Formats: sequence, C-alpha cells, structure tokens
Amino acid sequence: MTGDSGQFVAALLTIISASTPLLLAATGELVTERSGVLNLGLEGMMLIGAIVAFATAVGTGSSTLGILAGMLAGSAAALIFAVLTLQFLANQVATGLALTIFGTGLSALIGSGYVGRGIEPLPRLYLPVLSNLPVIGPILFGQDALIYASFILLAGCSFFLYRTHAGLALRSIGESHDAAHALGYHVVGVRYLATLFGGAMSGLSGAYMSLAYSPSWSEGMTGGRGWIALALVVFATWRPARLLLGAYLFGAIAILQLYIQAWGWPIPSQFLTMLPYLATIAVLVLISSDRARVRLMAPACLGKPFYAAG
Amino acid sequence: MLIRLESRGGPSRWWAYGSPVLALVLTLVATAIIFAALGKDPGRSLYTYFVAPLASATARPELLVKAAPLVLIAVGLSLGFRANVWNIGAEGQYTLGAIAGGGVALFLPESESSLLLPAMIIAGALGGMTWAAIPAFLRTRFNANEILTSLMLTYVAQQLLIYLVVGPWKDPEGYGFPQSRLFQDAATSPIIVPGTRIHLGVLAAFIAVALGWLVLKKSAIGFQFRVIGAAPRAARYAGFNETRLVWLLLLLSGALAGLAGLFEVAGPVGQLTPQISPGYGFTAIIVAFLGRLNPVGVLFAGLVLALSYLGGEAAQIELGMPNAVTGIFQGILLFFLLACDLLILYRPHLVRAKPIEAVP
Repeated sequence: MTGDSGQFVAALLTIISASTPLLLAATGELVTERSGVLNLGLEGMMLIGAIVAFATAVGTGSSTLGILAGMLAGSAAALIFAVLTLQFLANQVATGLALTIFGTGLSALIGSGYVGRGIEPLPRLYLPVLSNLPVIGPILFGQDALIYASFILLAGCSFFLYRTHAGLALRSIGESHDAAHALGYHVVGVRYLATLFGGAMSGLSGAYMSLAYSPSWSEGMTGGRGWIALALVVFATWRPARLLLGAYLFGAIAILQLYIQAWGWPIPSQFLTMLPYLATIAVLVLISSDRARVRLMAPACLGKPFYAAG
Repeated sequence: MLIRLESRGGPSRWWAYGSPVLALVLTLVATAIIFAALGKDPGRSLYTYFVAPLASATARPELLVKAAPLVLIAVGLSLGFRANVWNIGAEGQYTLGAIAGGGVALFLPESESSLLLPAMIIAGALGGMTWAAIPAFLRTRFNANEILTSLMLTYVAQQLLIYLVVGPWKDPEGYGFPQSRLFQDAATSPIIVPGTRIHLGVLAAFIAVALGWLVLKKSAIGFQFRVIGAAPRAARYAGFNETRLVWLLLLLSGALAGLAGLFEVAGPVGQLTPQISPGYGFTAIIVAFLGRLNPVGVLFAGLVLALSYLGGEAAQIELGMPNAVTGIFQGILLFFLLACDLLILYRPHLVRAKPIEAVP
C-alpha cells in the first residue's frame, strides 16, 4: 500500500469513527420523532450512557457489559422523559431541556472518580481475508463492533418503519394520534417504546464515545453532539437513508478541522472548533427554508400531547 | 390502584402557585435521598446546602449577586416562552454581552471617564442582541428552528471567548493564564450596598422585573405575547404580526442576557476569562418556568436557584461534595415542576379498578 492511500484510509477511518456517535443517536431520535415525540434530551442521555458504560467497563473489565449498561442507562433516562410527557402531559421542549441539564449533572457526579482514567479501546473486528483487501479492506471490514452495529441498526430501523406493520402503526401515530387511537392503536404504549428505544440508542452513542472514540471519560464529553444529532434528523427530513449522508458529512467536517490544523493553516484552533456548530446552522437553514417540504415531511403530531378523551 | 385524571375544566389559579411549592418540597426529598446515596448525612447536607447560606449575614447579600444574572436572563426568556419563542441560547448571548462590553474597557485602557461604564452597558446589551438577532433572522427568514440555532451559537460564542482570552486580548502580565487584564476602576460596577458585593446588575435585575411586569400586564404588546402562546391560531386571525414578535422577543431576551454577562464581568469577575458563567443561561430556563413565566415569579425563582449555586459551593468546601450536585438539583426541580403542573389542569383521583379509559 502506498503512503498516499494509507493516509487516505486513515482519514476515512477517523471520519467513520467521528460520524458513528451522531448516526447512532440520530437513528434513535428519528424513530422517537416518527412516533410524534420530540425528545430534546439527547445530550443528557448520551452523557449518562457514556459514563455508565465507562464505569461498568472499568468495573467489570467487559466492554460488552459496558455497552449494555450504557444502553440501559440511556433508556432509564428516556423513561423519566416518557413518564413526564406521556403520563403527566408535560411540555416536551421543557422536559427535554430538563433531561439535558439533569443528565449533565448526574454524569458529572458519577464520573467524578473516573476523570483521567484510561481504558482499552473496543477491539477492531477484522473479518478474515476481506480486511486484507487494499484500501477498502480496513475501511469496510476492519472496524469495531459498534460501527457495524450503527449500519445494521439504521438499516433495521428503515426496514421496521417502512416494511413492517408495527412500523406503519408507529408512523401513523406520529402523523395523527387521534386517527390512530380511533383505529385501536395504543398511542401512549407505542410512544413509550419509541422513546425508550431512542434513549437506548443515545446511551449506545454515549458508550461509543467513552469506550471507543475517546476512550475515556471527561465532563460534558459529548460536546453538543446530541444537539447536532437532533439537527441531523431535521436535515434528513425524518428519512433514515438521508441520516447516513448527514452523519458522515458532519463526521467529515469534524475531522477536517484536525487536518487543517495539521496542515499548519494559520487559523486559530477555536475557529476550527466552531465549524461543526456553524455547519449545523447552515444545514438547518438550507433544509428549513423550504417550508412546504418540511411541513410535508415532519410527523404532523410531533411534540403534541395526546390524551384519550373519556 | 390507578390514578385517573379528571379535567378541571380550566386552569386552577391555586395550583399555578401551589405546583412550584410542591415541586420544591419533592425536590428537597429527592436531594436528601441522593445525599444519603452518596454516603453523606442527609440532614447535615441539606442544612449546609439550603440553610447555612441564608443563616450567615455575609452570605445573604451573595444570594442577590448570584440571582441577578439569573433574573435578568429569565425575565426575557419568560416573555419569549409565553409566545413559543424558545431562546435556548441565552448562555451564548450572555457571553457575547460580556465580550462586547468587556471589549470596550479593554480597548480604552487609559480611560477613567465616568461614561466608560455606561458605554460598556450599552455595548453589552447590543452584543447580546446581535447574537440573538441571528436566530431571529434565521427563523423569520428561513424558518430555521431557533432552539437549535441559538444553542449552536452558544458553542460558537464560547470558542470566540476562548480565542480572545488566549489570543489578542490575553493579559501580557497574566503568567500565561487564559484571561484578559483586570478592568480598571472606571470599568467596574460600583458597589451599591457597602460591605457587600451587590453591584449595578442587581439593581438592573429589579428594574427588569418591574418593566417586564408592566409590559406583560399593562401593554398591548404584552397581551399579544400572551395570546400568541395560548392561542396561536386566534393570534393569526387577529392579525398579530408573528415575524415582528419573534424579532422583538429574541432581541429583548438577547439584550437582557447580554446585560447579565456584562454586569458579571464588570462586577464580581472583573475581567474576561473562559469561566465567566456557571451555566447561568441554562439555569435561567428553569428560573423562567419555576417563576411561572411571570417576571415577579421569576424574581423569587431566581433567589431559589441562586441558593442552589451558593449551597453547591458550600457543600463542595464543607462536605467534599462534587459541584455536579447543583446541576442534578436543578434538573430534578424542573422535572418535578413539570410533573406537578399537571395539577393545574387536572384533578387526580385514586381508583381501584381499571376504568374504561385509564390514564391517558
């Protein structure tokens, strides 16, 4: 392999690992939002998932247990959100913000003893023979398990939403909860499941950050990725396939800043750090300016409370 | 046993004020449980956290100092939230206010003019306003969600501040620390009450509460804020100009957040550093809700949340408790508040058997 293609492969590998947390969290939120629930607490759930996964992996020595614990913790956090918004009919925007504030605090509290500790990163799974292929080998067949999982989960969600009866029910509840209720669907039950799934995916995303991407724990380590994932769902106009494009675009932007720094361009690093946030704004503006399209694509009942009359 | 909800047929005035009190009580219980889980004596922890700061005569004025930025920001946010204008990026507007106002002092290092502080105050308000104008423009012109844009701009503002204090505005005599030089006397707020740290920002917070109340209750535009949030369709039929309201509310809340940032750096902080805010812009969101989106309520809620900052600091020093407990307390408080607000519209009943339509 020549030096150039080696560098190219290395760049692609870093882009993939920077994109994966965004893709995981956004996939979960997409399913949640398609059921009509807007959970702005992604950042909080990711942080809780990150520290619980890290603490579990350090404590048990098993990253598998860490990942499972992170997903469970993300779901538990989402359960608070679900009870408040679905049972107590609380405002979803305010509850999501509360979840982020709470998650930031709780993760910092749990994590205070773990700052500065290292951990073995998730092992890469090299598929035999295939991973030896030039260039595409290490990219396609030499990744860690969660990167494969992110693709499988996205494809699975896409299949679920568009090819199964349950997925159709979930989408119809997001479009018109009154009509879905009249048809006999259990609106609140489905929304509970969709919200818990979103929480598990955010927890998984956090686990990826602390077990594979960093791999370590630091306070507020998600750095706004939860919010960027929320913007990605809008960017994708609630369609799973476009999520992949969006997540990889942002992964590339995140990595671009590292390369610009390495190339020695005279731009202060702080301005490069701003790039993903500015790009998020740019992307939101581009998509949202087509009002009719967003209105058509967005789940019609997104963020609206449901109460069965009677 | 199941809880069945019955509509009250209209909002209960009593519970609108009872709900925050009940939420506070429940939060204290939950906090005590967390203290116990951390292996601390809950009684002593609660005392250190919530009573000791009020018991000491030197600490009581500090409550006002901590509440001032929270109240300033939350007055603006509460007006916006009423009209469904979700400015979540007050933290960024606070930062820009501090940068713009502090920048005036740094550019005029020799100035001892009595006009310097007023100029900084104006610059601070304009700085916050400018930062809030971006989400206002993007929402009204491009339909972009202001929650996400204003929040993204908070991260941008933080990076801008870091760039300035490690770069062009760095104090050459600061031993390499990321900070600007200390502001000269003419650029710092006078102390209003001798022997305390009560600065002009505290006065500004009280003025903001009074003006906010007048706007909301006594002016035609305040009526529009209330209608557009409560009945957006009616507001449209009545011909209220939504674009104008979005601009107005974002500029107003941005200006107030900018003022809060300026008064903080021209007051207790005295210079620009990356740590000019312990999350005031985010905590102010809780203050706005706890204060029932009402400027007068915001004043009381600001004091409660200010106590959580003071208590957090005390608990850190005296009990070795991590500062993160403050964030947990604030998050739980908002959770309980949102849950208790159900009581405003619904009356819960305990029922034995499963009714035809259970809990919605």
